[in-house]
Amino acid sequence: MQRLQFIAQRVVKGIVVLLGIIILNFLLIRMAPGDPASVMAGEAGAADEVFMSQLRKEFGLDRPLHEQLAVYVKNVVTLDLGYSYRQQRPVADLLLERVPATLLLTGTAFLLSLVVGVLLGILAASRVGQWSDSLVTVIALFFYATPIFWVGLMGILLFSVTLGWLPSFGMYTVGGKLTGAAFALDVLHHLILPAITLALFHMAVYARMTRASMLEMRDQDFVRTAHAKGLREGRIVRIHVLRNAILPVITMAGVKAGYLIGGSIVVETVFAWPGIGRLAFETVMQRDYNLLLGVFILTSFMVIAVNLITDIIYSFVDPRIELGQ
Amino acid sequence: MTGMEGLRDFWQRYRRNKGAIVGLAVLVLVLATALLGPTLFPGNPWDMAGAPFQKPFDPEFPLGTDTLGRDILMGIVHGARVSLLIGFVATFAAVSLGVILGSVAGYYGGLVDDLLMRFTEFFQTIPSFVFAIVLVAIFTPSIASIVAAIAIVSWPPVARLVRGEFLTLRTREFVQASVVLGRSSRHIIFVEILPNAVSPIIVAGSLMVATAILIESSLSFLGLGDPNMMSWGFMIGSARTVLRTAWWMSFFPGLAILLTVLALNLVGEGLNDALNPRLTREGR
Repeated sequence: MQRLQFIAQRVVKGIVVLLGIIILNFLLIRMAPGDPASVMAGEAGAADEVFMSQLRKEFGLDRPLHEQLAVYVKNVVTLDLGYSYRQQRPVADLLLERVPATLLLTGTAFLLSLVVGVLLGILAASRVGQWSDSLVTVIALFFYATPIFWVGLMGILLFSVTLGWLPSFGMYTVGGKLTGAAFALDVLHHLILPAITLALFHMAVYARMTRASMLEMRDQDFVRTAHAKGLREGRIVRIHVLRNAILPVITMAGVKAGYLIGGSIVVETVFAWPGIGRLAFETVMQRDYNLLLGVFILTSFMVIAVNLITDIIYSFVDPRIELGQ
Repeated sequence: MTGMEGLRDFWQRYRRNKGAIVGLAVLVLVLATALLGPTLFPGNPWDMAGAPFQKPFDPEFPLGTDTLGRDILMGIVHGARVSLLIGFVATFAAVSLGVILGSVAGYYGGLVDDLLMRFTEFFQTIPSFVFAIVLVAIFTPSIASIVAAIAIVSWPPVARLVRGEFLTLRTREFVQASVVLGRSSRHIIFVEILPNAVSPIIVAGSLMVATAILIESSLSFLGLGDPNMMSWGFMIGSARTVLRTAWWMSFFPGLAILLTVLALNLVGEGLNDALNPRLTREGR
């Protein structure tokens, strides 16, 4: 019951944040230089005066600001994100068909970065000062400092151009006409390079965090007690140190979800991955602001959803968390 | 402790971190390039200097030329100025904003703190890079809009950090004494508390410059750079389509970003070791 209340509170909080982002979006359109109608239409409508006045009427730009805001919020809530005059299709449709590809890419990268990062962190922490620790530290330092798009491009150079092992473009072989398991394998083949590219930066973050967190836990009193009780080293590391050390990493992973989606814009651009990020790049190229703001709302929604899920998982993993708060 | 002694002490602790020394050396090199580069390599980096697609390691064009015959070395040298300028100015703006909001929240507490922290949390939830893209795209790409966008998405961690410092420092005796002496809030915030919170702010700031440079390079890679300024991200973005035939056009500018960001991170860690000696223990 307490947990249900906790979840309900988090849902309400998420809705408030989402509402804030919708209002922010509305303000951004109004603050943009020039006529909001021309922002909504992109450059496509800028020349045609009849079309513009029609737009102004449609968006109620002749009415007072608070009424405009009410109309805008009502539209977004009913999933009417406007119309992309560039692509001649509703924004919501354009976005929804791109969601699966992005979820596949970011989800894979998320799991990959978390699992490999935590494992590397454990490895480094259990061999402090040895060469394997230094190696992990150096690798983490490098990928923490490398621009993600450059990692992708260099990956293409090495694994696609030079070695010819992995495809560098798209999500599946064009015109391949594959079905079932063969298609899934084909997608997986295309997924490897972009997913690793997106994962490397966050892998570095989690490896560093896990290492630091494990070393901090190792010095705690309850670990010394476990040693004094004569428990085996492996058991202490697994049960006492790791379980506690991993909590801040999980929190960080939830917080970093937003960065993963931001990174996917760059990665999808590099690999021509047909997701929301690639769409965002196209909207920027074409100055299709209505669609860009749709991308902004959708990605914000995804981040809020991930944060909510992390909160819920956290309430299960860490019984100390006070659900009543 | 006098100023000179403190400085020597600081340097002693900083020097112990070998990575930080390497980082500092690289950073000085990049700074020198940014300051002196345009004097040593006069001219316009946008101009055609030779034949397009010239391979690197050529006496005339050590790093080759790009698709329009522009000198890549020249572009990198001129780009250093843009990257560092945007990195430092955006960080300065973000730190200022974070310090003001964080100190007000931490000092006054109560409802003010509650409201400001909700505000901060809101900005932390927004996917920052997407928000930066939206801001720069809508307000048209320029140095000013890029700096503003990076600052707007970067300040929340600073605000939280400063708030935390203020929450603990304001209960200390020397602050209580100032309150009893009837000092103004402004005096207590800026003269009494803030100087004691400056170390973690400097460390966070140095790491933020690195992040700001990465954000700037991603923005200009996507074509959202200042159209009048040569930048590393732009060079890579425009060479992306010819990657298969001309690797050097994207390789060298990327290496420049990597080295600069790596140097800043190493310096940040060194500063952390030197400024927060209590937190660093042997074997870490």
